[in-house]
Amino acid sequence: MENDDFEPKIIGFLCKWCGYAGADLAGVSRLEYPPNIVTIQIPCTGRLDVQFVLEAFRKGADGVLIAGCHTPNDCHYFSGNFKALKRIALLKKLLEQLGINPKRVRIEWISATEGRKFAEVVKEFVEEIKRMGPLKLR
Amino acid sequence: MAERIGVFVCHCGRNIAETVDVKKVAEEASKHPSVVYATDYAYMCSDPGQNLIKKAIVEHRLTRVIVAACTPTMHEETFRKVCQEAGLNPYMCEIANIREQCSWVHKDKEKATQKAIKIVYSIIEKVLRNEPLEPVSVGIKKKCLVIGGGIAGIQAALDVADAGFEVILVEKSPTIGGRMAQLAETFPTLDCAQCILTPKMVAVSRHPNIKLYTNAEVVEVDGFVGNFRVRIHKRPRYVIEDKCNICGDCADACPVIVIDEFNRGLSLRKAIYIPFPQAVPAAYVIDPEHCLGLNPITCGACIEACDQEAINPNMGDEYIVEEVGAIIVATGYELYPKEKIGEYGYGKYEDVIDSLQFERLLSASGPTGGEIRRPSDGKVPKSIAFIQCVGSRDSQHLEYCSKICCMYTAKHAMLYKHLVPDGKAYVFYIDIRAAGKGYEEFIKRVQEEYGVVYIRGKVAKVYPENGKLIVQAVDTLTNEKIELPVDMVVLAMGIVPSKDSKKLAALLKIPTDKYGFFQEVHPKLRPVESPSSGIFVCGAAQAPKDISESVAQASAAAAKAIALLSRDRLYHEPTIAQVNEDACSGCGICQSLCPFGAVSVTNRVANVNEVVCEGCGICVSACPSGAITLRNTTDEQILSMIEAVLSR
Repeated sequence: MENDDFEPKIIGFLCKWCGYAGADLAGVSRLEYPPNIVTIQIPCTGRLDVQFVLEAFRKGADGVLIAGCHTPNDCHYFSGNFKALKRIALLKKLLEQLGINPKRVRIEWISATEGRKFAEVVKEFVEEIKRMGPLKLR
Repeated sequence: MAERIGVFVCHCGRNIAETVDVKKVAEEASKHPSVVYATDYAYMCSDPGQNLIKKAIVEHRLTRVIVAACTPTMHEETFRKVCQEAGLNPYMCEIANIREQCSWVHKDKEKATQKAIKIVYSIIEKVLRNEPLEPVSVGIKKKCLVIGGGIAGIQAALDVADAGFEVILVEKSPTIGGRMAQLAETFPTLDCAQCILTPKMVAVSRHPNIKLYTNAEVVEVDGFVGNFRVRIHKRPRYVIEDKCNICGDCADACPVIVIDEFNRGLSLRKAIYIPFPQAVPAAYVIDPEHCLGLNPITCGACIEACDQEAINPNMGDEYIVEEVGAIIVATGYELYPKEKIGEYGYGKYEDVIDSLQFERLLSASGPTGGEIRRPSDGKVPKSIAFIQCVGSRDSQHLEYCSKICCMYTAKHAMLYKHLVPDGKAYVFYIDIRAAGKGYEEFIKRVQEEYGVVYIRGKVAKVYPENGKLIVQAVDTLTNEKIELPVDMVVLAMGIVPSKDSKKLAALLKIPTDKYGFFQEVHPKLRPVESPSSGIFVCGAAQAPKDISESVAQASAAAAKAIALLSRDRLYHEPTIAQVNEDACSGCGICQSLCPFGAVSVTNRVANVNEVVCEGCGICVSACPSGAITLRNTTDEQILSMIEAVLSR
């Protein structure tokens, strides 16, 4: 495959309570996953501004992962996860218009106990982005 | 002044150093123009490690600090304290997580080192833009409001009052006591409910720290933790509490006869009445709905009869404003409405009654003086069918288990056998749930010593035939169809939240679950706290529970309230939302999105209540004018972090 040497750059926006804690648990459990992802902690996925995702693509990211608390009841702030879900749905439509495959953005609900899920999601996502190849803007 | 950042890379023994080249990380970090010092050390969290940081802060005149180590959840607080001790504002310190999210999950040392450098660089960009912050603080009104005067509210009020704080207890009916006052005897000890409850009711009325408002409801709630302002509507009693000596001459003289709700329709009362003899406050009350006329008085028979001149027909509504620091919600439960269950003929056949009506029949102070007499003809029923799970555990009605019915039904059957030894008691059940101290043993006693017949099966229908009620069911253990003729049927109705609890939830801005019970923050670890800081929940208002659990939970809620009221000031994380008033258009989107009611728009400008804001940032990313920022997690910070990660 032509993308064999391609190492995607992935930014993860993880909510403090679930996604980030799940990623920490993957570490505590020593679950290996590819180092292509670097995470940025946000208090809640409801804090996610779509410009963060757009800016990540503009600055060279090939994929963006967003991980927050499970719907419906896990959000520490009750409804931040739903707000993120709505924003991401809109963002995906916008990405299509821009010619960016909306699958380059992935939103997942990962609880503080789901270290394994975090590691699996990252592995899968890195593979998926590798198959898509680098994001070429313009 | 140019910023002077220090970067401290931890080996964490071999935990980090084995996979990440820590020296390389420090070396790369020192290339950043704002980094004036970077070093590595075996254990940064150890005493020597902490001292190393403190010393470097002073020697290198550091203005900001990064510790590249384990997750911030682990030692952010430790290192912020270290910085504070060395004279830096604690919010000038940030953690780069190169253990849990780097060294522990990667094997390739070169790649892991590159990733650790990216992480450190992103945190450098963040810390460069951090503001020094001071904790938000506010005073506390050392008073507690308890809503609901059942056993849970009574217990909570007494506990808080005993701790030395003033308590405002608000009860919507004319007396405190709640459901427990209606019960005969309690499982599994068979204590007489009134005998153990009334001393507590009297203690409430005599407690110097408790102010009791009966016939009253909370109608407005403003403010926030430590500083609530509540408005209470007290409906007129028309009887002066201090003057009434409960002689009852007024009721004797009253010409109006109405159904007695305390006895659940099994007896009658007058328009001037006392719900039960031990009511607190110990005073009669006029039911304005049925009195022939008040304000001005129409009949006046009670006034003439009263030697104490205790009756005032011209009393009006009172509105009282109280300022409190904490609120405990204990509004209890009701039975599932009988209208919703037609198949058992409740409301149609007089001798089909609910579990609380049966309690009244069993009660020595009840409408029959503690004799079991059926409503239709006053005869002693020689056979009773007790039907459990009426409404509960039923996808058509309530999905949940009402929890207390298995136990009180067993108690009903036992007490019936005490009173009518030759009577036959049948219990129809789905499963018997008797988890509790002495509960299983109690059920066994009822089945074995009292010979109560337990039939496993859900009743399909109850209908009358030849002066009997026929209970139609299938015994699911033998698969036989049953048509059992009995003299009376008692329905163990499911439990639902009090009907006003939705309204109260809206007033208090606290959530309820899908059934309307008040929602706790965490079912296991924070079971009595509502998500709104300073508001606590207890008793059956939170979920179905029995007396002992309600009392335990009430004491737990009281302990939480006491812990809050004992503090002189409240301190709050300052990493919260902040409005740029010049940019705010006053559109109010933030106000509608805030899950905590922390944002309000006045004079077309949004204001954030610093004590209520939890710092989630939902409003920040929704503001169309970019007028709100989240302190130390600003858009600029996140965008610069993104750039730092991707440009390397």
